[in-house]
Amino acid sequence: MNVASYFDTMSYGPSSESDAQARQWLAGNKHQFGHFIDGGFTKHAAKSCFEVNEPATGKLLAKVSLGKKADVDAAVRAARKAQAGWAALSGHARARMLYALARMIQRNARLIAVLEALDNGKPIRETRDIDIPLAARHFYHYAGWAQLSESQFQDHAPVGVVGQIIPWNFPFLMLAWKIAPALALGNTVVLKPAEYTPLTALLFADLAKAAGLPDGVLNVVTGDGSTGALLVEHKNLDKIAFTGSTAVGKEIRKATAGSGKSLTLELGGKSPFIVFDDADLDAAVEGVVDAIWFNQGEVCCAGSRILVQEGIAEDFHARLRTRMSKLRVGAPLDKSIDMGAVVAPNQLKRIKGMVEAGVKAGAEIFQPEIEMPGSGCFYPPTLLSNVQPTAAVATDEIFGPVVVSMTFRTPDEAVMLANHTRYGLAGSIWSESINQALDAAVQLEAGVVWINATNMLDAAVGFGGKKESGFGREGGREGCYDYLKPLVWSKLPERAAAAAKAPAAAGGYEVRAVDRTAKLFIGGKQARPDGNYSREILSPKGKVIGEVGEGNRKDIRNAVEAARGAKTWSTRTAHNRAQILFYLGENLSVREREFAARLREMTGASAAKAQAEVEASISRLFTYASWADKFDGHMHLPPIRGAALAVPEALGVVGAVAPPEAPLLGMISLVAPLLATGNRVIAVPSEPHPLSGTDFYSVLETSDVPGGVLNIVTGDSLALAKVLSAHNDVDAIWAFGSPELSKKVEENSVGNLKRTFVDYGRRIDWHDAAAGEGELFLRRATELKNIWIPYGE
Amino acid sequence: MVSSAKTVDQGPNRGLVEVTSAHEVARNPGMPLDLSVVQALRVNKSAAERRVAALPGRRSIKADAQAAWLLNAVTCIDLTTLNGDDTEGRVKRLCAKAVTPVRPDLLAALGMADRRITTGAVCVYHRFVACAAEALEGSGIPVAAVSTGFPAGLTPHELKLKEIETSVAAGASEIDIVITREHVLTGNWQALYDEMRDFREACGDAHVKAILATGDLKTLRNVARASMVCMMAGADFIKTSTGKEAQNATLLVTLIMLRMIRHYQTMTGFKVGYKPAGGISKAKDILTYQALMKEELGRDWLRPNLFRIGASSLLADIERQLEHHVDGAYSAVKRHPIG
Repeated sequence: MNVASYFDTMSYGPSSESDAQARQWLAGNKHQFGHFIDGGFTKHAAKSCFEVNEPATGKLLAKVSLGKKADVDAAVRAARKAQAGWAALSGHARARMLYALARMIQRNARLIAVLEALDNGKPIRETRDIDIPLAARHFYHYAGWAQLSESQFQDHAPVGVVGQIIPWNFPFLMLAWKIAPALALGNTVVLKPAEYTPLTALLFADLAKAAGLPDGVLNVVTGDGSTGALLVEHKNLDKIAFTGSTAVGKEIRKATAGSGKSLTLELGGKSPFIVFDDADLDAAVEGVVDAIWFNQGEVCCAGSRILVQEGIAEDFHARLRTRMSKLRVGAPLDKSIDMGAVVAPNQLKRIKGMVEAGVKAGAEIFQPEIEMPGSGCFYPPTLLSNVQPTAAVATDEIFGPVVVSMTFRTPDEAVMLANHTRYGLAGSIWSESINQALDAAVQLEAGVVWINATNMLDAAVGFGGKKESGFGREGGREGCYDYLKPLVWSKLPERAAAAAKAPAAAGGYEVRAVDRTAKLFIGGKQARPDGNYSREILSPKGKVIGEVGEGNRKDIRNAVEAARGAKTWSTRTAHNRAQILFYLGENLSVREREFAARLREMTGASAAKAQAEVEASISRLFTYASWADKFDGHMHLPPIRGAALAVPEALGVVGAVAPPEAPLLGMISLVAPLLATGNRVIAVPSEPHPLSGTDFYSVLETSDVPGGVLNIVTGDSLALAKVLSAHNDVDAIWAFGSPELSKKVEENSVGNLKRTFVDYGRRIDWHDAAAGEGELFLRRATELKNIWIPYGE
Repeated sequence: MVSSAKTVDQGPNRGLVEVTSAHEVARNPGMPLDLSVVQALRVNKSAAERRVAALPGRRSIKADAQAAWLLNAVTCIDLTTLNGDDTEGRVKRLCAKAVTPVRPDLLAALGMADRRITTGAVCVYHRFVACAAEALEGSGIPVAAVSTGFPAGLTPHELKLKEIETSVAAGASEIDIVITREHVLTGNWQALYDEMRDFREACGDAHVKAILATGDLKTLRNVARASMVCMMAGADFIKTSTGKEAQNATLLVTLIMLRMIRHYQTMTGFKVGYKPAGGISKAKDILTYQALMKEELGRDWLRPNLFRIGASSLLADIERQLEHHVDGAYSAVKRHPIG
């Protein structure tokens, strides 16, 4: 080609970013790496290493050590050794360090961008214009939180030593998302980058060391899944933060159950991309490009499921196909491409297989006739239309440049289809009507919603999923809490195991009170237990003081159905929920004496203590009635003309297994924050002292609490918790009691990845308002949805 | 642009369609005003901004390709002087530059000596149409006249039509009309349509470029709707600006106007041209504009029959870049003949 031939064809010609410096860095390391532990690189493990290849060419980039137990142990040891000192630094001192890291990234931005493109196969445009600038932004943002940590999080301490496992799709950006908040808030880190893409993490460690990061604060252990498993199982880690597939996320949940390790999971998705008939269709088409042909579709929040209103579907698909014919796929370092290489042959095979199956299932496939590279790991942009929800391509994450498309008739059908998935990571809504867009945004079950936009990311805005897309948030203030623990809960005493009691022998005769049999309370009605068995409730002296229903799995099933049906509770105004909670307090206060007497009878507490518990319970109801219209989220400030609203939303249907102690206050301490924030609850009252719980349903009946909003099932706490935590239509479970209860609940939660809140057998003093009520509970009772609202006419 | 027009019958739905043999682009005959189409148009500004912000990073044109793309831009320039102090002498100098926009030695060094590299047209006020036509005689370069009470467009309608006819008679084969912005700002699409229809008719065989004065229209939705109405009324080109508004051509309005051109083509099958004007003075910018044309519309819209650039100082920057491409040293404006 020469000037004249370009003049005739007006083609783009080659424009390639130089890889000289990145290759020089690799050569300088002899193309082989050890781990980065305690401030230095370990010797490359030639006998136990793996190859890192360039997906665009299949050529070897480097050999990297495979982390074994000794490596992980050494890294955890180094991080542990460094943690106290790092946490003891002033927020300002840590801010300086994070600031230096941000500057370091900017100084080396091109080198990192090129190495990332080589290693992952993604276009240099994306690493240069998106990944690396966002990573630097993350360090700046969290330098800020480090600086402000003492004033903003004075009631919190760092979690401690954190194991972080990151994926291959955004190796460097995910590193930033993980490391920046962890370090900012005083934690130290052992990071395991993905097997396919460990190089920029090693480069980062190298550069961070030069930028003055103290030894041991960050450790990088390279390896595969077996290395990750070593981290997950490590006894001396306080937290695991994982980004990756839902399948592995579930394994990690199971493996860490009961360990007391804090856990955040950022997992897969099948995010809806909803196009209403009043959308700017050209904008929406461009949105699809950014949704699914960004990073070859290897994006957890990719808009991979188009839902387009039926009347415009044909027009929309035609425009989309035209647009697709302009996409360019090529070498990652070519500066004129839209898509690079898929990360590895395995992934390519998976994509091909899923698309073939989709076509077999009846999908109509469109792939534009564009030039494709002759070799390497490339897959063309692909549209599968007329996909039926029964096809695997419609429900399963493909993690490639493949978008499926379906139609809907009405806005409510759009929302229904959008939410009809196990995932809940993100959603994109296209409409020029503010009513339509915001209405849908609020209804989407997703952690992130973009209105007339997609795949927007920023350090100031929390990112993370609902449902099986995981839990925890990265970015913003909300991202800080996942690397902090409340001081008031950091030294809780272990709960003494309950001694089994035998009923005392009956002695003499007394005049019987009128028999009062406590029932279960389900769907606003008193209900006999399904099994029709009862359990005796004993006083401390072993006297039978009453019987309660022995709830079983069917009672739980019924209660969950009732709670599921009471969905309007979540959409009522906060003021309305506040009124009802105040009213509950009022009606409880009317019966203060009766409730106090019951507490004395069950627990043997003194009159003063029993009265104090009832009063504290009334106060607690007032506290959450007060919070109901005040726990109101944030407006974040990402760098757009627009807003990002962080809206705390109810988790949905929540099981609340009350602690054995404080029979009234304990249950109310769990139930009230859940109700205040719009959750519907299945409460299991204190196993040894359930009668305050069952007495409470008559308070509910007189306080305008709609049926199904709070259900009460008595019985064996552990048995009922097992059913609740395994129930796939329960969104979250709070369970307080034995260590075994915590472990079972966490283990069982994997089915639908419930949010769990457990105490590992450590007792909160429910009478201490600092530990037993307030925002600590409200944050656990809600999940933030970030709604991005760019505007402008 | 206009050369040996002939008419062909394209079937019952298309009616008689003119085809110009030089570039095989059928002239847009217009269509009845369809308000349902106009009113359904939606533009999301933030999304449009993201598209144009990302584009330069998605398409990079370097080395020989860059030189070629810059030369292509030269052939699409409407070399323009629209100043109160214009004189015949000034216009002749401009015409000379239009004929030889790039130093022949540079063209030779680029291997393009055998190509006819001239600007797309020369654009002047009516007063200088005859002078320009004479200066350009035999060059094949058309003379474009701004018209219809340029730039505000508020002279009496009859006078506007007369002005068009007079310029065509004086030798202008392209007429750059200005629309009455009031029609857009008040949503009077029928009035805009009628006005444009009349302008088109008055132009006869001369091609008509509709200047929307996007800086006055303010919103992208207005730009989209005005674009669509003018095309329905038979505009051969839609053009951003007079160069006199506070805001001239931008990539953002370009994106919207190109999408409207595509939309119109999908509806009717006719290709309408695009002319950004004002504010494009850097070689780098015109590379991005051309990339946008190619991406949104395709290669056909990189020829002067469907793409023009209203610019006065852009050429000088392109010449400097071309010389830099040839000898590797940064150039200076004074090393190239003045226009």
